[in-house]
Amino acid sequence: MAEIRLVDLNHQYDVGGAYALKDVNLTWDDGGAYALLGPSGCGKTTMLNIISGLVRPSEGAVMFNDVDVARTSTADRDIAQVFQFPVIYESMTVRENLEFPLRNRGISKRDASARAVEIAELLQIDHMMKRRAQQLTADAKQLVSLARALVRREVSAILFDEPLTVIDPQKKWELRQALKRVHAELNHTLVYVTHDQTEALTFADEVVVMNAGGVMQKGTPVDLFEQPANTFVGNFIGSPGMNFFSAKVENGVASLAGTKLLEVPSGTQANGDPSDVIGVRPEFVRWHSTPADQRVPVTVTKLNDVGTAVMATFTVDGATGMARLPISDRPETGPGWVSFSRLQLFRNGDSLDNCKPIGLAEGASRA
Amino acid sequence: MTQAVKPRDNRAWYLVAPVMVSIVFTAVIPLMMVINYSVQDIFGQSRLFVGADWFNKTLEDPAFRGSFLRNLAFSIQVLIIQIPLGIVLGLGLPKKGWRSSMALVLMAMPLLIPFNVVGTIWLVFARGDIGLGGYFLNNIVGLDINYAQDSFDAWTTVLVMDTWHWTPLVALLVYAGLRAIPDAYYQAATIDGASKFAIFRYVQLPRLRGVLTIAVLLRFMDSFMIFTEPFVLTGGGPGDTTNFLSISLAQLAQAFNLGPAAAYSLVYFFFIQLSCFIFFTILKRF
Ligand SMILES: Nc1ncnc2c1ncn2[C@@H]1O[C@H](COP(=O)(O)OP(=O)(O)OP(=O)(O)O)[C@@H](O)[C@H]1O
Ligand SMILES: [Mg+2]
Repeated sequence: MAEIRLVDLNHQYDVGGAYALKDVNLTWDDGGAYALLGPSGCGKTTMLNIISGLVRPSEGAVMFNDVDVARTSTADRDIAQVFQFPVIYESMTVRENLEFPLRNRGISKRDASARAVEIAELLQIDHMMKRRAQQLTADAKQLVSLARALVRREVSAILFDEPLTVIDPQKKWELRQALKRVHAELNHTLVYVTHDQTEALTFADEVVVMNAGGVMQKGTPVDLFEQPANTFVGNFIGSPGMNFFSAKVENGVASLAGTKLLEVPSGTQANGDPSDVIGVRPEFVRWHSTPADQRVPVTVTKLNDVGTAVMATFTVDGATGMARLPISDRPETGPGWVSFSRLQLFRNGDSLDNCKPIGLAEGASRA
Repeated sequence: MTQAVKPRDNRAWYLVAPVMVSIVFTAVIPLMMVINYSVQDIFGQSRLFVGADWFNKTLEDPAFRGSFLRNLAFSIQVLIIQIPLGIVLGLGLPKKGWRSSMALVLMAMPLLIPFNVVGTIWLVFARGDIGLGGYFLNNIVGLDINYAQDSFDAWTTVLVMDTWHWTPLVALLVYAGLRAIPDAYYQAATIDGASKFAIFRYVQLPRLRGVLTIAVLLRFMDSFMIFTEPFVLTGGGPGDTTNFLSISLAQLAQAFNLGPAAAYSLVYFFFIQLSCFIFFTILKRF
C-alpha cells in the first residue's frame, strides 16, 4: 500500500527524441481507484511502466510514500501490472500461471494454490484451472493475466493497461464489477488505463485525462463533465464533446452573437483575446421558440432522434453547435433561440475560472 | 436468389508446372532409377533381377552396420553438444546496435565456408606439427594429438570441426526465435518476480520450441549425411573410425557396384526419413 507521487517527470525514449511524458506532476492516493484516459500515443503506457519500474524516467522522481524509487528495480517496488495484450505462460496450466507470481516470492505451494483458486472463482475461470494456458481463447488468456495481477495481496498498486479490450461488452461489465470487489476487499491503489470513457467514468473514483505526454486534468467524473479544465478535456469527455463558439469579450463581459453571457472576473484582461471561446456541453443547451434576455439567436439545421433525446444541430454566428434536448422539447428546424444552463469561458485553451454567468436563463435545469 | 457460380479457371496450374517438371527430373526419376538398380544385378550389359537380395546383404553387412552405428553415435553426440551450446550462444548474443550486427556476421562466418574448405582448414589447423590448434595442444598444453593415427583423436577432431562449423546455425536460429518474443513477455515476468532461470524456462524456452525443432531436424539430418569434411580430413580413417555411411556409400558407388549401392542408399534414405518423422512427431508434442 502506498501513495504514489510523480514529481516533475519527463521521459524521452531516445536521447533528443520526442517527449513521451512532459512535466508530469501527479499524485495517486493510497487506495484510490483511478482511470487514466487519453488518445492513442499520449503516454499512458509509458506512465504505467515508469510507475512499475519497467521504464526509467529520463528526469524526475517517482515517490512511493515519500521514498524516491525512480531508480530502483521492479522487483523492489511490489507493483502488479496487466498489459495491453494478454501475456500468459503458455507451457503452464492456468493454475500454475496464477501461482507463479506467488511461488516466485517464496510463498508455499499450499497458500499459493488456495489464493489462486480464490481469484479464479472471482473472475469465473475456476473451471479451466487444469487447462494448458496455450489452448485458451484470447479473452480467456486476458482473464488469466488479469487474475495473475490480482493474486498477490501485498502490492503497492495494481496497474491495468486496457485489460478488457479483447473482451465482449457483457463480460466486460461483470469483470469491472469483479475488479471493484477486489478493490473493496484489498484496498489497493488501482490505475486503470482505457480509451473508453464509459469504462473510465463507471470504474473510477477519479479520472486522469492525458494528452501528448501531459496531464490535462485530474478529477471526479462529474468534475470532468461539468468543469473541464481546458478545451481538450471539454472536447474529449462526453459524446459529442463540448461546443465551442468564439466569444467577444468587451469591458469584462463575454458575449456570443450579441448576447451577453458571462462576466469575466476583474483582474483578467478585460477586453479579451482572439483565443477566447465559450464552451457549452450539448446537455446544457435549451431551445426556445421565442426571444428573451440571454437567449442566443440560432438556426436549427438538423434533428436526429437518439432514443430518449433529440440531437439538434444549430448554427450561430457561422459556427456549428449541438444540443441534446428532451423529446418533449423537440425544436423546429429554422430560426430559434437557445440558452445555456452551464457555460465556461476558455482563454488559450484553458478554462478561465470565476466567470459569472449573467442572469442564468430561468427555468433552465441540468440535464 | 440464385447461387452465384464460382468462376472456374484452372490456368493457375500452369504456374505450378515448371516446379512439377523440375521435381520429376531432379527427384522422382533419379529415385526411380535407384529403386530400379536396387533390385537388379548389373554387370556391363547384362542385367539380372535379384529381388530383395541386395537389401538383405546390405542389412547383414557388418561394414554397413558399423558405419550405421558410428553415424548414429556421431549424430547423437552432435545434438547433445550443439543444441545446448547453440542456445547458450543465442542467449548471449548482443541484442541491438552495431555489436549485434558484428556478432551475427562473425557468428555466421563458418556457415559461409564451402564444406571441403572447412575440411582443409581443419586438416591444417589440427596438425600437431604446423597447425595452430594441434601445435598449441601438443606443445603448450602438453597433449599428444594425432588425428591421422589415433582413433579417439580423429573422432574428436571431426566432432569439434562439426561443432565449429554448425553450432552457429543453431545459435542464429535461437537468436531469431528470441527476437520474436514480444517485450511484454519479459515485462510480465519481471512484474511476476521471475528469476533469470525462470524466465528462460517459462518464457524463452517454450517460445523457442519451433526453431529448436527445426534446429534438431537440420542438425540430425546433416550430421547423419556428413561426408565432405571427414572425407577431406581423415578419409574415413584411421582404420574405419570415421568411416561414416556416406563415405562407405561413395566407395561402393565408385566401384560401380550399382545394385548394392542403390540398396544401401535406399536403406540410408529410409532411415533418415523415418528418424525425421519420429523427431518431428515427438517434438511437436511439447
Ligand atoms: N519503446 C519505445 N521506444 C520509443 N518510443 C516509444 C516506445 N514506446 C512508446 N513510444 C512512444 O512514446 C509515446 C507514448 O507511447 P505510449 O505507448 O505510452 O502511449 P499510449 O498512451 O499507451 O498509447 P496507446 O493508447 O496506443 O497504447 C508514443 O509517441 C510512442 O510512439
Ligand atoms: Mg498503451
